Amino acid sequence: MSRAGVLAKIRAANGGASTLATAEAAWGEIPRAYRRTAEMEREEILEMLEDRLRDYDAHVVRAARADVADTVALMLRTRGRTRMLMPEGVDQELLPSWVGFAVDDPGEPLPFLAIDKFEGVLTESTLAIAETGTIVLQTVAGQGRRALSLIPDYHLCLVRTSAVVRTVPEAMDLLATVPAFATTFISGPSATADIEMTRIKGVHGPRFLDVVLVID
Amino acid sequence: MSGTALDPTTAATFPMAARGLMGDTQLRKNVKHATDVIQAKRARVVGEMPDWQELRESGRRLREHTMRYLDAYLEEFERNFTARGGVVHWAADAEEARRIVVGLVKASGSNEVIKIKSMTTEEIQLNKALEAAGIRPYETDLAELIIQLGHDQPSHIVVPALHKNRQQIREIFKREMNLPDLGGTPQDLADAARLFLREKFLKVKTGVSGANFLIAETGGVCVVESEGNGRMCLTLPETLITIAGIDKVVPRLKDLEVLLQVLPRSATGERMNPYNSIWNGVDPARNDGPRAFHVVLMDNARTSVLADAEGRQTLNCIRCGACQNACPVYRQTGGHAYGSVYAGPIGAILTPQLQEMKFAQTLPYASSLCGACYEVCPVKINIPEVLIHLRNKVVVQGGPFKAEALAMRAMAMIFRSERRFRAAQRLGRIAETPLVREDGQGEGWIGWLPGLLGGWTQVRDLREMPKQTFREWFEAREASGNAGGER
Repeated sequence: MSRAGVLAKIRAANGGASTLATAEAAWGEIPRAYRRTAEMEREEILEMLEDRLRDYDAHVVRAARADVADTVALMLRTRGRTRMLMPEGVDQELLPSWVGFAVDDPGEPLPFLAIDKFEGVLTESTLAIAETGTIVLQTVAGQGRRALSLIPDYHLCLVRTSAVVRTVPEAMDLLATVPAFATTFISGPSATADIEMTRIKGVHGPRFLDVVLVID
Repeated sequence: MSGTALDPTTAATFPMAARGLMGDTQLRKNVKHATDVIQAKRARVVGEMPDWQELRESGRRLREHTMRYLDAYLEEFERNFTARGGVVHWAADAEEARRIVVGLVKASGSNEVIKIKSMTTEEIQLNKALEAAGIRPYETDLAELIIQLGHDQPSHIVVPALHKNRQQIREIFKREMNLPDLGGTPQDLADAARLFLREKFLKVKTGVSGANFLIAETGGVCVVESEGNGRMCLTLPETLITIAGIDKVVPRLKDLEVLLQVLPRSATGERMNPYNSIWNGVDPARNDGPRAFHVVLMDNARTSVLADAEGRQTLNCIRCGACQNACPVYRQTGGHAYGSVYAGPIGAILTPQLQEMKFAQTLPYASSLCGACYEVCPVKINIPEVLIHLRNKVVVQGGPFKAEALAMRAMAMIFRSERRFRAAQRLGRIAETPLVREDGQGEGWIGWLPGLLGGWTQVRDLREMPKQTFREWFEAREASGNAGGER
């Protein structure tokens, strides 16, 4: 009802209506002198990601592809997690065959109360940003719908080293090339600083985050 | 502070409210501690960005650009959001926004909602309207939960319960959650909130949120948060209702590369906050997220801010709260003194403008114009400039016979003529005579001034005027022939 009125007021304030074409032309004129990429050795970028993830209290391990299954098994044992869930489409070669994972079947998705009964979830990821210690997940095979990496108390995330970028602009460039599925940036376990600005790990999202950097 | 809503139309003036709050030493200690901690964290993570100033400049230009083409971008957002299965509603003011949201919640068949922290819903006092309609809102952000259970009001844009310390929070939780044995560490308190809300997340069918950014190019919505309560509210309910000011739109997904760099570092002093969600409409094919998704685009006087050439930069704000943490006035009074959910320097310019200069007229004066707010603003809003602009508006609005306008005109008249200026100085010396008291050293001091001038002497003494002005001394020197021969 108020649509026309609000738009008319905006146009009056801006001295007339604008078109998307003129807006897009002007958008191109916005100066962007900030860093897009960073000249940095691959190894340095990976170390930066590990450092920043640890800064958020995430546990990070690097593993060659052939060793990932053992690494995952060891992490689960260390955490004492056995009832694990994962989305459909996780690369089977990366999983320990002797650990059972329940799979969320897209044809018959688990109710949220059932997801809440699991002790943890394992997912892959789309990319990671070293400078901010961020892992990006999307609603695609191997990463699953958003509820999966949210409700369980523990998240074990596999990140391919080839998908690690240094800066936020590099990450946004990559995201612009993939379909616009729901996207979640995860930087450490859930946290709050609402009480006296003290960072407390673990509120509603997963309280524990383990990351395996898969060397590829 | 009681449960009385922060309503600029009924709030006490800033000096009145501030005077009361300045007496609360516990509150001042809590605010000082919290703002000290955030400022130190911010300085550290801003310092490690070699291109911080370039990011700020791009942020400013990006926000200015968006406001300039706001109509085109809102229409583009509406088109793309609708194409992805969402429904857009437009609200001219708070009343209409409340009516739309209450109607949508009722239509969703729910009599309770889970809420993500949203300053926009605070601005329109949505919870009160929901409760009046028999709908129970559950605040799920830890700080908002503290405020809701404590029957309190938010005092900061990002950390709304920053005026409470852990002991006070523990008392609220013990009482309201019925947990007599609750421990006192922040971890204990966060665990209590987790248990208290988990069942609600899994069962309540309708969610209400604000938005950090609406992306015109994709019809996407972006919400930035820490605890995961936001993700719960966005993902698990069957119906999601998002309320956003029309200023929240950004042109393209790529623009988040600027905003998602400057916002977390400015707001909480983190390189990135724990969770950012960016999603588009509904996705029933993948069973991902709500089946019904509504966005309410609200004006509520934002267009009148846009119409003011000098004031419109206020709309560029991305609600990081850095100006509040840096402000020497806010750090003394806390947020409640501002009588608005938007406190601190940004509140001092946003609130009176959202009230179309009809209320909150003391807020533009709640500043020493030191410029700390401008320096930390991630999108370079020149808050001191807008404060002065609004002070001028307040004076002009008061009419030509308001005390301040009269005083300034009298000053201008005196300063224009040397004769009048000298007469005024002589008059001043005569007028002050009954007020001057001599101290032990024979210096004259004035400890009390009448009327409006009394504001000055309330907290400090004023030195008496010199017996002789410089000009008088100079002229007397020439007349007595002591000028010397070296001229």
